[in-house]
Amino acid sequence: MKTLLSGNEAIAQGALDAGCNFYAGYPITPQNELIAYMAKQMGKGRYQKNVFIQAESELAAISMVYGAAAAGARAMTSSSSPGISLMQEGISYLAGARLPALIVNIMRGGPGLGNIAPAQADYFQAVRGGGHGDYHLIVLAPASVQEAYNLSRQAFDLADKYRVPVMVLGDGLLGQMMEPVKLSVKKNKPALPKRWALTGCRGRKPNIVKSFFMHEGELEQANLKLQQNYRIIKRSCARFEGLFLSDARVIVVAYGTMARIAKGAVGKLRAAGKKIGLLRPISLWPFPRQPFSIKNDKVKYLVVEMSYGQLLDDVRLAAASCSTVEFLGRSGGGIPSEEQIIQRIKRMF
Amino acid sequence: MEKIFGRSQALTDLPTHYCPGCGHGIAHRLVAECVDELGLRENTIAVAPVGCAVVAYDYWNFDCSEAAHGRALAVATAIKRVHPQKLVFTYQGDGDLAAIGTNETVHAANRGENLSVVFINNAVYGMTGGQLAPTTLLGQKTATSLMGRQKALHGYPLKISEMLAILPGVYYLERVALVSPAEVLRAKRAIKQAFQNQLDHRGFSLVEVLSPCPTYWGLSPQEAIAWIENIMQKEFPLGRIK
Repeated sequence: MKTLLSGNEAIAQGALDAGCNFYAGYPITPQNELIAYMAKQMGKGRYQKNVFIQAESELAAISMVYGAAAAGARAMTSSSSPGISLMQEGISYLAGARLPALIVNIMRGGPGLGNIAPAQADYFQAVRGGGHGDYHLIVLAPASVQEAYNLSRQAFDLADKYRVPVMVLGDGLLGQMMEPVKLSVKKNKPALPKRWALTGCRGRKPNIVKSFFMHEGELEQANLKLQQNYRIIKRSCARFEGLFLSDARVIVVAYGTMARIAKGAVGKLRAAGKKIGLLRPISLWPFPRQPFSIKNDKVKYLVVEMSYGQLLDDVRLAAASCSTVEFLGRSGGGIPSEEQIIQRIKRMF
Repeated sequence: MEKIFGRSQALTDLPTHYCPGCGHGIAHRLVAECVDELGLRENTIAVAPVGCAVVAYDYWNFDCSEAAHGRALAVATAIKRVHPQKLVFTYQGDGDLAAIGTNETVHAANRGENLSVVFINNAVYGMTGGQLAPTTLLGQKTATSLMGRQKALHGYPLKISEMLAILPGVYYLERVALVSPAEVLRAKRAIKQAFQNQLDHRGFSLVEVLSPCPTYWGLSPQEAIAWIENIMQKEFPLGRIK
């Protein structure tokens, strides 16, 4: 049986089904359905023991997530672009202290207060780290409400396995849109034992959760360990969806909502006999480099984004140097339409 | 021979990094003794601040978390909500608690979080080199108020404990000073009371500890004690606030 949910609600339900037992957040459009859903569900019924806190700011919300994660909970927060900027402090601390958590960014237009229309302009912030220091988040970008539910569930397992914060990166359109979702009754794998968590030091040495390493060489060693962890993540966590890639002469690259619109354009052009394909990164970090490794100077890429050339940089880095990479993007409320994409692609053949 | 005095179990045997005459070493020990006397070493989770006491977790022998500057009470809120049966406390300086973290302090207090706070007020930023703090006294010279704190430029010393007193969620507030054996014992009683309040589910308890910083007051350790007694206590009077 399927349930009709908005993207925001699906992410919340996915998190609850993954065993998320701590949520702290602060209201901001267009993710308000998520915090409201958690407020409605947590603390009663089968989520009786879950903790929900409306924080006094995004700074406090992410620090609460930090505290809950340090205490061993499956903790999450959600926000939208300006709020995620405020959270960068705590996200850097989560990464430095090796704490698992889920952060959801339902992007809106920026910079500054911007507007509340869907956008993808926080791509760099998400995939390059965002806060201070050498770190990464695993960044997952759903393109449907069903996928938002699935990725939200999987995010906690990834976070626990690698002890890194994970971000689910959507946009206002995905957050607000309602679609039927098949909820899975299958439980997530039991969480790995968190021997590092703060639970009181009964029968063991005290645990310390920190990202402060002052002794000579200590921080460098901690950072090398982080980088080693990132190498493992890069090898094992890159995900993408490919459509008609084997014989495509033009490959459209897009993620999230934008990929969904691009898919419509690709389908229509295929039906008209054009050799066109779609490459949709599902993990934005690690970026799926493997499908770009084809050395064929006859393949052209068209990167389509709701931002001005952010995904474009990663495609350029991943594509062979002989490849042509072109770009179509709008941001600040504008969304490239199926028709715009079709016209742009036709010029590339 | 009968042993009549020893190191608290809740302290490690690491020598502290604090300056001569600093109050942190005394305050750490008082906290450790209270934890021991309540039999809670294995059921305690502390949150250390950013500031001179950032590595308090090296000196305490129980579970500890670091927090970003000012966010200790947000971190502690979450830890306590996840583990309501544990003793959870923050240990914070004046810059941490009453400048960058004022929002987290006020809202944790206003929610009536069942937490204990040890608030070290030494009227200066120590870790970063003696800059103006929210609690710096009028006329007090610091690295960023070279002519002394002036009300027209810097405003007044912030009495955060008195501010918190009006909040219904706050159960207990007391100001103590590390100036003499008698006052140190009084400080210990206040900290123990703050912990006991938490065990009794009373809500938010905070002990403000006036603590010497001879290095950035430009005084000898003895002069620093006299400065607290003769000058600082006039602005920050000792005793039960709530």
